Amino acid sequence: MSGAADLLDPETRDGQSDAPSVDLDALYRESGIGGMLAGMDRELVGLLPVKTRIREIAALLLVERARRSIGLRAEPPSLHMCFTGNPGTGKTTVARRMAGLLHGLGYIRRNHVVSVTRDDLVGQYIGHTAPKTKEVLKRAMGGVLFIDEAYYLYRPENERDYGQEAIEILLQVMEDNRDDLVVILAGYRDRMEIFFRSNPGMASRIAHHVDFPDYEAGELLEIARLMTAGMQYRLAPEAERAMADYILRRMAQPRFANARSIRNALDRARLRQANRLFEARTSAIAVADLLTIAEEDIRRSRVFMQ
Amino acid sequence: MRLTQGQFSFLPDLTDGEITKQVQYALDQGWAVAVEFTDDPHPRNSYWTMWGNPMFDLRDAKGVMMEIDACRTAHPDQYVKVLAFDSSHGFETVRMSYLINRPAEEPGFELLRAEGPGRRIGYTVRSYATGRPSGKRYSGETGHGT
Repeated sequence: MSGAADLLDPETRDGQSDAPSVDLDALYRESGIGGMLAGMDRELVGLLPVKTRIREIAALLLVERARRSIGLRAEPPSLHMCFTGNPGTGKTTVARRMAGLLHGLGYIRRNHVVSVTRDDLVGQYIGHTAPKTKEVLKRAMGGVLFIDEAYYLYRPENERDYGQEAIEILLQVMEDNRDDLVVILAGYRDRMEIFFRSNPGMASRIAHHVDFPDYEAGELLEIARLMTAGMQYRLAPEAERAMADYILRRMAQPRFANARSIRNALDRARLRQANRLFEARTSAIAVADLLTIAEEDIRRSRVFMQ
Repeated sequence: MRLTQGQFSFLPDLTDGEITKQVQYALDQGWAVAVEFTDDPHPRNSYWTMWGNPMFDLRDAKGVMMEIDACRTAHPDQYVKVLAFDSSHGFETVRMSYLINRPAEEPGFELLRAEGPGRRIGYTVRSYATGRPSGKRYSGETGHGT
């Protein structure tokens, strides 16, 4: 007998001299977690509760690995998650990154996300749902199954709705294949509350409920900067000030959808920029003009009219 | 008599861990894995019954293993094989094929001789198991058939 038994035996524990020790820092360095977490910090703006939870999960998986290395029992933790938050707070984006992260941490075998909604899981007639759900689960095995707008699975107004069947199959697989599959549910907070209230089994099988907070104005500006860079555009300095203005005004308006509103605003600004360049097509256009979104492209928005 | 068809058939039966590795190898090559079963072990019986469609969109062996388990549970006393189909141009054929389940008792084959004109003899084999109707071939009952 080695490792585990010795550790639990009080007599050997007293003899500190030859007690085995684990170099957690070495494990941390060789796993490359640091790089992954830094990348996440760089590319995701704000979202402090989410990042904290991901850090915790990373630490847990690292400690699990250390425990396994000295022969202690290391049950794989349940990592099914539920992301709740307002529209445009980055739930889908984070879920897509989650697979890469968990794969890097060695928790799941493949780096893939299978993203589904109600239509992919629930059938249209009796006996159609189970094969359909199982097909999706088979495809997701080894990676992450992301169910967007999960509350649509359950339709309380129709008690013969086939969604319930899909939920039951899902629950069973979440329990039996915990080391093969990570299920992430996402949806708006209030509707997910109702969903969980009517499916207590689902709520209790999900260990991590992560709430995505709304973004601050400063964070949204940072997101706008990242997005324009991602689209290979540039905000002129005045345009950036205009954008900050725009964000403040837009936040006060109804149907504000956080980062999604910013993306839409940028798409419209691109439209106006293209139009502006097209109008002036008789003169030569510099490369910088093609790249730059000017102040007027943003100021001409409907938001500034009111 | 132990049936030897396809890959690995002269080795001891594959364990689940070994099957998982073989399936994962096939998936990593981009091949579609299929499960088929039969109770007619004749070597020229190429039309086994398909257990569902070939799995074209899987990336992890676990999904295939779930189908394999389901097929073995449904047909514990029949032959079950795993196929890997390569759709790439120039192949477009099965690249792997191996048995993963066999009946507990395999009665083997009978050699049949058919006399022709002169002293010519035509030979063929017939499985003892196929003497009984399909579905009752490996039930272990004795007293009728063959």
